[in-house]
Amino acid sequence: MSSSANTALATPGTAPAAIRSPFRRTLSSVPVIIALAALAIMVIMALFAPWLHTIDPVQIDPTQRLKPPSGAHWLGTDAYGRDVYSRVVYGARVSLVVGLGVAAFSMVVGLAIGVAAGYFRWVDAIVMRIMDGLMAIPGVLLAIALVSLSGASLTTVLVAITIPEVPRVVRLVRSVILSVRNEPYVEAAVSLGTPTFTLMLRHLVPNTMAPLIVQGTYIFASAILTEAILSFLGAGVPPEISSWGNIMSEGRSYFQLIPGLVLYPGILLSLTVLSVNVLGDAMRDVLDPRMSRRL
Amino acid sequence: MVNFILRRMLAAIPVMAMVAVIVFAILRLTPGDPAAIIAGDSATAEQLDQIRRVMGLDQPIYMQFFIWIGQLVRGDLGVSLLSGTPVSQMIVDRMGPSLALCLSTITLSVLLALPLGILAAWRQGKLLDRFVMATSVLGFSVPVFVTAYLLILVFSLKLGWFPVQGYRSPDEGLWMFVRSLTLPTLALSTVYVALIARITRTSIIEVMGEDFIRTARAKGLRERGVLLGHALRNAAVPIVTIIGVGIALLISGVVVTESVFNLPGLGRLVVEAVLGRDYPVIQALILLFAFIYVLINLVVDTLYTVFDPRIRY
Amino acid sequence: MTQTANHASPVLTIAGLTVRIDNTGAGSRAPGRAVVSDLSFDVHAGETVCIVGESGSGKSVTSLATMGLLPKDTLVASAGRIEIDGEDILKASVKRLRELRASKMAMVFQEPMTALNPVQRVGQQVDEVLRLHTTLSRAERKRQVLAMLESVHLPDIARIYDSYPHQLSGGQRQRIVIAMALILKPRLLIADEPTTALDVTTQKQILALIRELQAEHGTAVVFITHDFGVVAEIADRIVVMNQGTVVETGSREAILARPTQDYTRMLVSSVPSLIPQARDPITSETLLHVRDLNKVYGKNGLFKRGTPVAAASDIAFNVRRGEIVGIVGESGSGKSTVARCVVRLIDPTSGQIMLGEADIATIGSRALAPMRRRIQIVFQDPYRSLNPRRKVGESIIEGLLNYGTSRAMAVEQAARALALVGLPPDSVERYPHQFSGGQRQRICIARALVMEPDILVADEAVSALDVSVQAQVLALLEEVRQRVGIGVLFITHDLRVASQICDTLVVMQHGRIVEAGSAEMVLTQPQQPYTRALIDAAPGRGWDFKHFRPSVPEPAHQA
Repeated sequence: MSSSANTALATPGTAPAAIRSPFRRTLSSVPVIIALAALAIMVIMALFAPWLHTIDPVQIDPTQRLKPPSGAHWLGTDAYGRDVYSRVVYGARVSLVVGLGVAAFSMVVGLAIGVAAGYFRWVDAIVMRIMDGLMAIPGVLLAIALVSLSGASLTTVLVAITIPEVPRVVRLVRSVILSVRNEPYVEAAVSLGTPTFTLMLRHLVPNTMAPLIVQGTYIFASAILTEAILSFLGAGVPPEISSWGNIMSEGRSYFQLIPGLVLYPGILLSLTVLSVNVLGDAMRDVLDPRMSRRL
Repeated sequence: MVNFILRRMLAAIPVMAMVAVIVFAILRLTPGDPAAIIAGDSATAEQLDQIRRVMGLDQPIYMQFFIWIGQLVRGDLGVSLLSGTPVSQMIVDRMGPSLALCLSTITLSVLLALPLGILAAWRQGKLLDRFVMATSVLGFSVPVFVTAYLLILVFSLKLGWFPVQGYRSPDEGLWMFVRSLTLPTLALSTVYVALIARITRTSIIEVMGEDFIRTARAKGLRERGVLLGHALRNAAVPIVTIIGVGIALLISGVVVTESVFNLPGLGRLVVEAVLGRDYPVIQALILLFAFIYVLINLVVDTLYTVFDPRIRY
Repeated sequence: MTQTANHASPVLTIAGLTVRIDNTGAGSRAPGRAVVSDLSFDVHAGETVCIVGESGSGKSVTSLATMGLLPKDTLVASAGRIEIDGEDILKASVKRLRELRASKMAMVFQEPMTALNPVQRVGQQVDEVLRLHTTLSRAERKRQVLAMLESVHLPDIARIYDSYPHQLSGGQRQRIVIAMALILKPRLLIADEPTTALDVTTQKQILALIRELQAEHGTAVVFITHDFGVVAEIADRIVVMNQGTVVETGSREAILARPTQDYTRMLVSSVPSLIPQARDPITSETLLHVRDLNKVYGKNGLFKRGTPVAAASDIAFNVRRGEIVGIVGESGSGKSTVARCVVRLIDPTSGQIMLGEADIATIGSRALAPMRRRIQIVFQDPYRSLNPRRKVGESIIEGLLNYGTSRAMAVEQAARALALVGLPPDSVERYPHQFSGGQRQRICIARALVMEPDILVADEAVSALDVSVQAQVLALLEEVRQRVGIGVLFITHDLRVASQICDTLVVMQHGRIVEAGSAEMVLTQPQQPYTRALIDAAPGRGWDFKHFRPSVPEPAHQA
């Protein structure tokens, strides 16, 4: 919009009110409410799995193989006689743990590296080379390779998925820092004698918070997806752990017979990722509308 | 302009070098004795020694690295541990389906997504726009393999229009070839279309807020002329960027899609190699995919100069 | 000034125009705030009407409304008429508006750097106007475009025709925009601050160009500006706006010499005079001594492209206690580079910057740290000079805390600094967005002064302020200089501001000092041709604003 019209609209002292209303408006929009509700259900599933009419998800019962849904088994049984419903409910745990874990680690590591790269030119030169190299390797491939080499476990999967996500965070943080460090108020702090580390924490980092949170939400979704893909390909968490990807992988061979084995966890997976992405969009609209370009 | 391309190519070399270092590091520096992992639990000491010699693991690390780089430069990608065939041969053999899938996906996605994105920006805020935005969120939220299975359920099992899995090469008949690729392409395209449509829409809307658009309107240009004549070309750079960056996503998607539809391409080869701990193959494929990514982004950079005359020196 | 204006019916008549913020999007029924209220004036052929006002006056909105370019869903014209040759724009269909634009009414905007499509050749862009409104053949169109480029005095028109905007300077781009606007010889030209972003010498040329084309075609011109110098130079009649309403209209003479409204009087008298007042010579000690200062970009490094650029070369000047030294120059003169070097925000390539006995030019950061407090800086943009997330009080005491002052002491000193700049003590509890631009700039001055520096550097510190606010801040600097006895290094491109408060002037061009001396000498008896060109280009030299009369002829002015 032209600056002339902007000055016509700008009145001093209205900023706090202006921040509040899009927040409220976004939060009360229908898709966001549905997404929040869906996510809440997933969280409840994960936290209260044992109390949601589930039985032990790894309990094999060869007499009950591949049964259709019934009163005892709400979603039927799989090839080993395990209750599909229980497995799916417990699967929520893995997804949420991985999602949260990866998002948290990648944000912390990415923030630290990104701030350093944005502020110190020599760090930037080294770091961005490494990040460029990492970004050239497709994330799933890198994750698969890392998991297969270190042995499958929840921790390895967490680390393996975090590593490919870090470069994107570093880029984002770095670009924010690069643009903010030339702001007059940062230069003022320099001339006031503020030490570098304090300057970074006080004046630079707060500007990264909003885009970081938005990006973190998207990473959350992406991590859940990647974990599912890994497990689906057989290169994820060990088969004893019920992950949605695992369930789908095992159900593949019986797809023509019982598509539900693949589709129930698949749809739940899609719903979870969809909800998180919708929330991510909503947060972006509220916190950082300029980010749509930065992707 | 040639200068620019040359300089971009030079800049790509350190990236590939870094990829080589990373790939090497992953495979040589992970915990556990690589020889033991390869040989399995019941290997004797002699077998372990022999594996170490064959793989050059008895040399110091930096020697191993240089030997390996030397081999790469000569085009020697090693020999598969599982099958014994030269890796480069395996790649050539199984390249076909992956290439076909990628090309058809990119073509379909761009052809579909660009007009969708432009229309959504044109009708910003209205029903069409919101529909496009909503479905695009769906597009990159629903995992490729879920979409794939849903498509199989409807179009293969229920309607019988397409095969459930399998691949027919073009020599076996063009129609069979297309049929075997249709569902995989559709499944993979959903993500790419969603991504491109979104960024197209966003980019155009951003450009429409610039000063020179106001000048164009002041000349008496109609909205359509403003959009097509002025906004589009200026919006091109981020769109083309996403197509390039999205290649990484595409490659991941190819791996999954080939797995679901049982296509004998490079994606499935990677999975087999990983599950079978076939290190030479894993190394070679990661390098190959990274190289493709870098190459495509080089093309993208060159395309920038076509769209934006400021990026031409 | 133009010849006698056509006294037939006016080309543009605005009657009772009211523009409001469009609330329908937010779902509210209540009418939005009025950005322009009950505006009325008219413009005849061959006449130049200047709309003058401070920010928020609504002058730009008026021009957008006239062109039918109000941003949809944000602003809407809710009452009144806008008539071009008798036709009401507000009632015109979208199609009719498109036909009228560029053919009957045209507009030139403020920012030449972003006004043109960056990916299209400029010849094509001018040609587009002809394509839209005429049925001429391609060859004929090209001929007319080239003729137009000639008439806006662009050099080497064949090459320019095929150039992209980024290959042209700001002044050249503005000429292209003017060419686009006038090629169809519209009846009305609206120019919204068209020269504000240009150097003063370029501004003079563009103003002359508009005047020439106006005389040739009898165009009615509405010229929007905040710069009274420009107004004095080109206006036939003046419309003064404030907060969306017309304060006063009248002929140039009437407004500048005999304003009837208080607001107008205040506005006109706030314009600084080009003639410096006589000042006592400064005899105090030297606080800042700069010698042989050089800053070269791109000299070292393997990957640097292009030739090294000397942003500042052989700079030398002094600042004494209680003295205000002004560095004036156009963009690219290197004045900002010098300011930043002196404050060590960038590192000089070589030279000496003596603060008393210590040379801070090339010392390392550890040795520099204790010296920083002695030289402080105030920046140009008050809206970006304060961390928006911190309370004003926190920002002011940040420096003191860095140097070990206890919090209690620091807060006390902050209160005193605020009093010095004329702000209430409870300001410390508020956030920057709760203050106006002028107030924020005072806060920045307080932040600098609380450190008790020897030298205060003001880098275009009043350039982004409205003229009335600017006058206040300049008065504040005067007062501070007298009470506190610091030395001030004042960077500006505005000769009027420099003449108002500077004791000494240093003129820079292309990174070098062209002339230096007392403000009085440099401005009344310039020795160098560049200095003379600069003074000559300053618009409105013939008017003495403070005293509401034409300038008294200056004594012994060398031609």
